[in-house]
Amino acid sequence: MSAQALFAQALLQPAQPCPDGLRVWNGSDPALRFAVYRNNVLVSLVDALATTFPVVQALVGEEFFRAMAALFVRTHSPQSRILAWYGADLADFIEHFEPAGSLPYLADVARLEMARVRAYHAADVAAVPSEALQAALAQPERLASLRLGLHPSLQVLASRYAVFSLWAAHQGPLDLASVDPCQAETVLVYRNGMQVETTTASPASGHFIRAVLQGESLLAAASADTDLNLPATLAHLVRQQLITHLDFGD
Amino acid sequence: MSYPVDTQLLPRGASPAGLPARSGIGLKSTHVGEILQTLPALGFFEVHAENYMVDGGPFHQHLARVCEHYPLSIHGVGLSIGAEGALDACHLDALAALLDRYQPASFSEHLAWSSHGGVFLNDLLPLPYTGRTLQRVCEHIDQVQTRLRRRMLLENPATYVQFAESTWDEPAFIAEVLRRTGCGLLLDVNNVFVSSVNHHFDAQAYVRALPLDQVGEIHLAGFAEQVDAAGDPLLIDHHGAPVDAAVWRLYDYTLGLTGPVATLIERDNDLPALPMLLAEAGMAEHRLHTIQVTA
Repeated sequence: MSAQALFAQALLQPAQPCPDGLRVWNGSDPALRFAVYRNNVLVSLVDALATTFPVVQALVGEEFFRAMAALFVRTHSPQSRILAWYGADLADFIEHFEPAGSLPYLADVARLEMARVRAYHAADVAAVPSEALQAALAQPERLASLRLGLHPSLQVLASRYAVFSLWAAHQGPLDLASVDPCQAETVLVYRNGMQVETTTASPASGHFIRAVLQGESLLAAASADTDLNLPATLAHLVRQQLITHLDFGD
Repeated sequence: MSYPVDTQLLPRGASPAGLPARSGIGLKSTHVGEILQTLPALGFFEVHAENYMVDGGPFHQHLARVCEHYPLSIHGVGLSIGAEGALDACHLDALAALLDRYQPASFSEHLAWSSHGGVFLNDLLPLPYTGRTLQRVCEHIDQVQTRLRRRMLLENPATYVQFAESTWDEPAFIAEVLRRTGCGLLLDVNNVFVSSVNHHFDAQAYVRALPLDQVGEIHLAGFAEQVDAAGDPLLIDHHGAPVDAAVWRLYDYTLGLTGPVATLIERDNDLPALPMLLAEAGMAEHRLHTIQVTA
C-alpha cells in the first residue's frame, strides 16, 4: 500500500497506528502530531453534517449527533470535494442506525434538511408567465399533450411521519410537544427567487407533482389521484414561480 | 527535467491582471448582505472555489453582485495537487467552468493533498519533499495551468509533521516548483510562522529562501496553540482567531522584502462581526501604504 494510502486510512480509522516515516524535530512521538490531522478531518466533516442537519441534531442532542456523525464519516467518507452535498445518504444511514431506532421519523427529517440544501443551490430558472399557462389551459385540444417543466429546486417528500411539523417546531413558534410525530405529512421543498420554502401539501398534490417531475403529461399526472384539487395545486405552483416550461410536444 | 508546457504564454511575476496590492477578506454568506449595502473599502474578496461548484441560488447571485464592485480571488481547497494519484479531471473541469464564469483576478491552490482513492478528506495534508514528489507536483501544476489557461499561485502549507524521506527543505522545494512550472507564490505568512514553531526553524530565513519576486498574494490568519508530546509548542492553523502579533511582525518583515502585495485576512471559523474583519484588513492596508522596502 502506498504511503498516502496508509496515511489516509490511518486518518479515518482511530484503531490504525500512526503512519511510519514521520519525523519531529525534538524526537517526540509523532502520533500526537498526527492526531491533529485526524482531528481536523473528523471534526471538519462532522461540522459539515451539523451545518446541513441542524434539526436532526436538535432532535437527538449535540452529543448523540456528533457520535453518530463520526461513525457516518468513518463508514461513508465523502466522495465529492463539494461539501454541500456531503450527507446525501445520511438519511439511509440513520434508518439502519439502531441507537436512533426510537425516533423512526429521524431519517425523514434528514431527508427534508438535505432537500433544503439541494433547493438552496439548485439552478436559477425563470418561471413562465402565468398568462402563458392560462392560455395553454384554455386550449383543451392541446391540453392532452401538455407537459409542465418544474423548477429544479422542487422536491416532494411524502413521509409516514409529521416531518414538516417536527422541522417547523425548530424554526419558530410551533410547540414541539404539540406535534404528533406519527401523523403522515407530505412536504414540498423549493426555492422561490433566493428563498428556500418548506410547505405541507395534500398527498394528492404530492403524487401529482412527483408524476410531473417524472415527466408524465399534465393529464396523466392529474388523473392518478381522484383527491387532487388540480386548480389549487397549479395555482400554488404558479404563485411560487415553479412552472418553468410548457411543452406541447410539437 | 522541466515541463515548459505553455509557461511562455503565462504571465510571470505580479501579473498585470493580478490582485491589487491592497487588503481583502474572505466572502462569507453571513456578511454578504452588509457588504453589498455598505461596500466597505477593500481591495478584493476571496472565495473558496468548491463552495461555488453548485448550479445556482444565493451563492452565485451574491458573488456576481460582489464582483460588480471588487476584484475577486478564487482559492481552491480540493484540487489535491500533492496527491500520489492523478488529478480529478471532473473537478478540474468544474474549476475551469467557474473561472470562465467569474474571470477572477487570481486563482490559487495549495501545496498539499486532500483526496486519496476517491475519498475526500477535507484537510490540507502534508507530503514528503523528494525528487519524486517534486516531479509529480510539477506535472499536476502543469496540467492545471494548461487546463485553466492561466497562471496559478501555489500556497505554502502549515504542517504538523515532517517526513524522514524528505530530501528537499520546503522553501527550496517550492522555489524549484515555481521555477519549473512558472506558477506564482501565495505566501501564507501565518503558515510560515506556524510551521517554523512546529518544526523549529527560522521563519525569516524561510521567507528569504523563497522566490519573493513571484509572490502574487499574502495570507494572514490566526492560529491555536497546543503542545506536542515533548511539551514543546504545537501551533494549529485553524483560521479561527485574529492575526497574532508575531505573525504581524513576520508580515512586516516580509513586506520589507516584497514591497506591497495583495493581502488577505483569512478567517473561516468562529467568524466575528464584519467590522472586526475590516479592522484587521485596515491594519494590513496601513502597512501596505507605509512599508519601506529594504530589499
